[in-house]
Amino acid sequence: MNQRELPPGIDEPVFAEPWQAEAFALTVALHEKGLFSWGEWAEALSAEVKRQDASDDGHDYYEHWLAALEKLLVSKGVAPTAEVDALAAAWERAAHATPHGKPILLENDPQR
Amino acid sequence: MAARVRALETILTQKGLIDPAAIDVIVDTYETKVGPRNGARVVARAWSDPAYADWLRQDATAAIASLGFTGRQGEHMQAAFNTDETHNLVVCTLCSCYPWSVLGLPPVWYKAPPYRSRAVIDPRGVLEEFGLTLPKDKKVRVWDSTAELRYLVVPQRPAGTEGWSEDDLAGLVTRDSMIGTGVALEPEAA
Repeated sequence: MNQRELPPGIDEPVFAEPWQAEAFALTVALHEKGLFSWGEWAEALSAEVKRQDASDDGHDYYEHWLAALEKLLVSKGVAPTAEVDALAAAWERAAHATPHGKPILLENDPQR
Repeated sequence: MAARVRALETILTQKGLIDPAAIDVIVDTYETKVGPRNGARVVARAWSDPAYADWLRQDATAAIASLGFTGRQGEHMQAAFNTDETHNLVVCTLCSCYPWSVLGLPPVWYKAPPYRSRAVIDPRGVLEEFGLTLPKDKKVRVWDSTAELRYLVVPQRPAGTEGWSEDDLAGLVTRDSMIGTGVALEPEAA
């Protein structure tokens, strides 16, 4: 018998961090745009959350969600991994270059 | 993670696949507008109105939509009514399919591997961890959600609530009671 402990049933906020909300909303919006069916999405998400290294407490759920979305966008030819990597690095540099309290803009990336 | 999401958002916006303003609306909807209060209204209506309960039993998608709650993924809804003989429990073993339109987004435990694997193998053990011990002769029926079909458990109406308004009844209906990991509150506990 599998006795893996259930995570606590507390009423946690819907999203723990803003990026989780954004990744969620991107998926909903792209489905509504018709880029993929919800069945395709469920299959992609299932492949990620069933990985052996998925945490029992579910804290990494949106990391799996994001990985599923990235892979689906690669398979649809919309966002190649190299392009996402390069832009993510640019956003990181922009964040570091932006003074605290100011909105982070991609234009703030010193290498742009 | 945040930078990767920003990167995706940038690419998708440039390609005209998303509108950043629409993204904000979706976030706001799921953070503040959609939640288990919707499902509680469905249950309270079913408790109060036998004709509505019949409709919910036969065509949950339409009966729920009539109260203004419609899914965005084109999914169908099915209501699973608890009875003296049978307790219903909902899970998604595949991933985390959940009736968003009536319950909002799922709690962390619903999405986590232990619940997804154990709800089917050992439903009674899972229910006991939620503090719910069922009589031995009561059957537990487990419903495995899919992308196309989502379930709403209709808990049994607590005794001592005769003549209550729908609003008051809805106050007894918890999120967990509509997943099946709980039952409706007793009148004195509400």
